[in-house]
Amino acid sequence: MGNYFSPEKETASREQIREWQSRGLVDCVKRVYENVPYYREKMQEAGVTPDDIRGLEDLHKLPFLTKDDLREAYPYGLMARPLSDCVRIHSTSGTTGRRVVAFYTQNDIDLWDECCARALVAAGGTKDDVVQVSYGFGLFTGGAGLNGGSHKLGCLTLPMSSGNTDRQIQFMTDLQASIICCTPSYAAYLAESINERGLRDKIHLKAGIFGAEAWTEEMRRDIEQALGIKAYDIYGLTEISGPGVAFECSAQTGMHINEDYFIAEVINPKTGEVLPEGEKGELVFTSFAKEAFPLIRYRTKDICILSREKCSCGRTFVKMTKPLGRSDDMLIVKGVNVFPSQIETVLLNHGYAANYQIIVDRQKNSDSIEVRVEMTPEMFSDELSKITAREKELVGALKSMLGIYAVVRLVEPKSIIRSEGKAVRVIDKRNLYQG
Amino acid sequence: MDYTQQISVFLENRPGTLAELTGVLCEHNIDMRAMCVADAMDFGIARIIVDDVFNTMTVLKDAGYVCQITKVLTVEMQDEPGSLAKILDMLGREGINLEYTYAFLTRRKDTAYLVLKVADLEKAEKVLRAAKIKLVGQEALQEIFGD
Repeated sequence: MGNYFSPEKETASREQIREWQSRGLVDCVKRVYENVPYYREKMQEAGVTPDDIRGLEDLHKLPFLTKDDLREAYPYGLMARPLSDCVRIHSTSGTTGRRVVAFYTQNDIDLWDECCARALVAAGGTKDDVVQVSYGFGLFTGGAGLNGGSHKLGCLTLPMSSGNTDRQIQFMTDLQASIICCTPSYAAYLAESINERGLRDKIHLKAGIFGAEAWTEEMRRDIEQALGIKAYDIYGLTEISGPGVAFECSAQTGMHINEDYFIAEVINPKTGEVLPEGEKGELVFTSFAKEAFPLIRYRTKDICILSREKCSCGRTFVKMTKPLGRSDDMLIVKGVNVFPSQIETVLLNHGYAANYQIIVDRQKNSDSIEVRVEMTPEMFSDELSKITAREKELVGALKSMLGIYAVVRLVEPKSIIRSEGKAVRVIDKRNLYQG
Repeated sequence: MDYTQQISVFLENRPGTLAELTGVLCEHNIDMRAMCVADAMDFGIARIIVDDVFNTMTVLKDAGYVCQITKVLTVEMQDEPGSLAKILDMLGREGINLEYTYAFLTRRKDTAYLVLKVADLEKAEKVLRAAKIKLVGQEALQEIFGD
């Protein structure tokens, strides 16, 4: 047994949780049907009306929502509340065409903060902790989410944002941070920097909450050893709210989904069929409790397994495994979502051929991305400076599209490996997805 | 005008690329007269001078190389201290900016050749001619090597 932020919720009976979800779903479907033309049309197309949805057992009748829907409805098309009721937006990492903007009312923020507060408590946090939030602040949900959760719990919060490692370490030691929240790769980097500077004895960390990118058990052990902490995973996505949709507890065997706010399903990504508990499939969320931007049956593209087995921590919320893969081609590099199609767009816009290859690697727990582009007669010049200038321009364009730095490497024509006539577009050397 | 047609070839920066290029040339019995390699961090450009430019371009393109013809000036000079300095000094005084240069020798005694790449080829040619410096065009190259 452990401590809970909202014990009456986190340890509620299965029946109670089903009841919350049923009531929430019925209410949410009514709300969106009345207020959101996009949903109404989608439901009409599927031949469903709010009267057909009388509880959780009717969820499967509702159509799925995908990222394409979000793009089509951009920016206001899925809002269930007037803009004047909203207090904030967040957006998915630097993507044109793929950008998702999520709106929040104050209640939506409170709900999200609560989810993050639960994650902090599950990681052993109390109001006496000093929480260093080293996720990026801004449109990205990482910083705001954990910052809000830490406030909610009443912790002294250090809103560090990402980067500036020297300053991070200085605050961590001077202000005796006890919980650190950041991406696992940044945690690994911090750990290395702390040990390099011989400051291991000067830190007071006991736990870390690491999310926004895939990481392995091996990486967990590395970080835990290097910092002398327990490392907890956290899951979330901007579309549903942000980090804290699910969080790990002391058992460290999966993440509890905040089921009083979100309904989770696992489906066969090809057929859309709902799979029984314990089977591997695509995770689908219904964020019925959200006011401004509730999503119904949103397909995350994350592959995972759900389990309702009794957890030693006493929580009754369903557990999800770490994402075991993706049902699309999205890559997560340095915590940022990257689609190969974005890179292709940049290349084509800059006159390069669509013959490219993306190589993602992780050295010393730090991600890198390299884009290999085949040289073309049009791009070639006898002058090195002209080619390097073009290369730089491309690096700049990729940076502004992806939000992260990608190395560009010009290669000889036809040197990108083709298997059965089809080029291999992505080589991910990280082997992140286990199981 | 007496230009030389240099062939510039794109090369990736990995072990063996230059060997592959020279291998292709060897296979087709193409003799290089001069060569230099310029390198950036992750790629390079091989610049070569051959007799039969058209044939070599065809061979390289067939082999999958990205290459192009670049007009350069080839200057004949005395193979003795100071002759290079003299030419460069002259170009400098006339405000002609040198992009790159490399030199080669042949079997001709006491003579060296200098390949010059400048932005304003015409002006450079005029200046050199006015100073009575001998320029070697693409056709004349074959004669030199024929010796």
